[in-house]
Amino acid sequence: MAERLLTTARAIAEAIAQEMERDERVFVMGEDIGAYGGIFGATQGLLEKFGPERVMDTPISEMGFIGAAVGAATEGMRPIAELMFVDFFGVAMDQIFNHMAKIHYMSGGNVKVPMVLMTAIGGGYSDAAQHSQCLYSLFAHTPGIKVVVPSTPYDAKGLMIQAIRDDDPVMYFFHKGIMGLGWMAPNPRATGPVPEEPYTIPFGQADVKREGSDLTILTLSLMVHRSLDAAEQLAEEGISAEVIDLRTLVPLDKATIIESVKKTHRVLIVDEDYKSFGLSGELIAIIAEEALDYVDAPPKRLAVPDVPIPYSRPLEQEVIPSVDRIVQAARELMAE
Amino acid sequence: MALSRETLLQLYEMMVKIRTFEERVAEIYYEGKQPVFNIAAGPVPGEMHLYSGQEAVAAGVCAHLRPDDPVTSTHRPHGHLIAKGVDLKRMMAEIFGKETGLCHGKGGHMHLFDPELHFGCGGIVGGGIPHAVGAALAIKKRGEDRVAVSFFGEGAANIGAFHESLNLAALWKLPAVFIVEDNLYAISVPKTASTAVRSNAERGAAYGIPAVQVDGQDVVAVYEAAGEAVERARRGEGPTLIEAVCYRFRGHFEGDPEHYLPEGEKERWKQRDPIVLLAKQLKDQGWLTDEEAQAIQDRMTALIAEAEAFARESAYPPPEAALTDVFVQAE
Repeated sequence: MAERLLTTARAIAEAIAQEMERDERVFVMGEDIGAYGGIFGATQGLLEKFGPERVMDTPISEMGFIGAAVGAATEGMRPIAELMFVDFFGVAMDQIFNHMAKIHYMSGGNVKVPMVLMTAIGGGYSDAAQHSQCLYSLFAHTPGIKVVVPSTPYDAKGLMIQAIRDDDPVMYFFHKGIMGLGWMAPNPRATGPVPEEPYTIPFGQADVKREGSDLTILTLSLMVHRSLDAAEQLAEEGISAEVIDLRTLVPLDKATIIESVKKTHRVLIVDEDYKSFGLSGELIAIIAEEALDYVDAPPKRLAVPDVPIPYSRPLEQEVIPSVDRIVQAARELMAE
Repeated sequence: MALSRETLLQLYEMMVKIRTFEERVAEIYYEGKQPVFNIAAGPVPGEMHLYSGQEAVAAGVCAHLRPDDPVTSTHRPHGHLIAKGVDLKRMMAEIFGKETGLCHGKGGHMHLFDPELHFGCGGIVGGGIPHAVGAALAIKKRGEDRVAVSFFGEGAANIGAFHESLNLAALWKLPAVFIVEDNLYAISVPKTASTAVRSNAERGAAYGIPAVQVDGQDVVAVYEAAGEAVERARRGEGPTLIEAVCYRFRGHFEGDPEHYLPEGEKERWKQRDPIVLLAKQLKDQGWLTDEEAQAIQDRMTALIAEAEAFARESAYPPPEAALTDVFVQAE
């Protein structure tokens, strides 16, 4: 039987629907997540299936409804709140940083906050500085938030089910460019095989999306797709790149990273978040601490060069890592 | 409706309990902080925001609540948690930062959590208001008759969380009661310099919910308004906003120089000490003698001494415990 193919958006919506069927404590709230089905399709079909009591369109009040998700979670519900674009976090930052993330710790482990805050990330379609950021590093920096960043439909479903079942607050970042939306640039990897039955992918397990022996590309989200495209080109040049999809930043699968570095001795990090004080620096620090003797060349990183995401196409393409630049960086790394 | 002697005495006892606790915490707080005040010194370090003067609000509201009714509180949480019925020993131990405390020493005086009483609080002004909305949402989804109550100051009524929360609670017709404790000052800035609205009760109309302002020094007024609001919420008729006008007798926090206060203001308010007012009412009705009042005081003093001894004798958490409880399920 042919494998069933789903877009990432449908895979996420299916994961939520299956958990809502399994657990009546699960409900969804956010802006335009009902009749619209979520601006990026992550909640499509849920309203029809579960009705407005469990699929709640909210007013534009992120602090209010994310805070309400915190309160409902501490009372034993398992809310999923959607923050339409991660860029909007600022209006709800207190609830995310000071409450969602800290209540379990501040209570000495006595109060749980089992909720999922899912949000859209990423650029590449000229939405400019306030609708194109990734920002997962910012949340990974804060103790108390699990950070999940899937790249494929299969991972998206398994990680979403895991996120809903997890007793901790989980932020779930889906890139708009991996959702398989008809109105985004076509991305063949945004559609993929997804089993119908529910399944989970444990947090803290990176996935080797392509095996290789010459260099390790550490990446996540849409950049996994670009790195895989780059790896194909590199293979034609005789360079064997291993592409590791981190999948979750908190917890981070250090073992898989270190194991790969020990094998290839060269590391390239491809990250769509800002370059400084974030994921790419953290990964290099971990490699320096735990595998310094194994690297034959200084690690390289491609990330947004500490500028807001610009609007104009050539400007935006200049700052977001591209297949060409990944290929170029890999060649340079091999020449070291 | 006249309140029974039994109810009034319960309110009185609760108010004395809160006042005695707070005044004793103040004494303990200054241990190790004299002659030079060092906020990090002594058995109770850190900031200390005490509730003395506002007891009628916590007592009058919480008298209507059950242990399973969620309450969110503020950076000045002691009165609310005591009125909710906390184990004073575990509360005092938390204030001392001890292992036996409510949060095993990770929360402290501003971050007290008691899941058995569905109680939470925090140091961010307005931060708890949306949590009460969420708790009320959970209650409504399950079809329960519980009520979520959020206490916050008049300063918090100017922050976005207040407005978003009231809008959501009204829109979803949630079983919630919002209590504004207007103690006249947001640290040093008076209400008159913070909002053009004289009474926060006027703001209820903006959300289409009933709202009332009451004399927060008069426990009977608070009790009656809160009773109506709580019953309304339990009946599924939606949220209510209550503003109780009160006064903090000890400033914003311990060490507050209070030079921003108009001369004589605090003294005038102390003439209307809520505990003294209630004692007078009880005595006028012949429901409380001086001896009985003293006996209540002695009982409360002994109770708090017991809590203090428990806290002092308890061990500190082992330092490595700082690394646990970030997650329920750490990988």
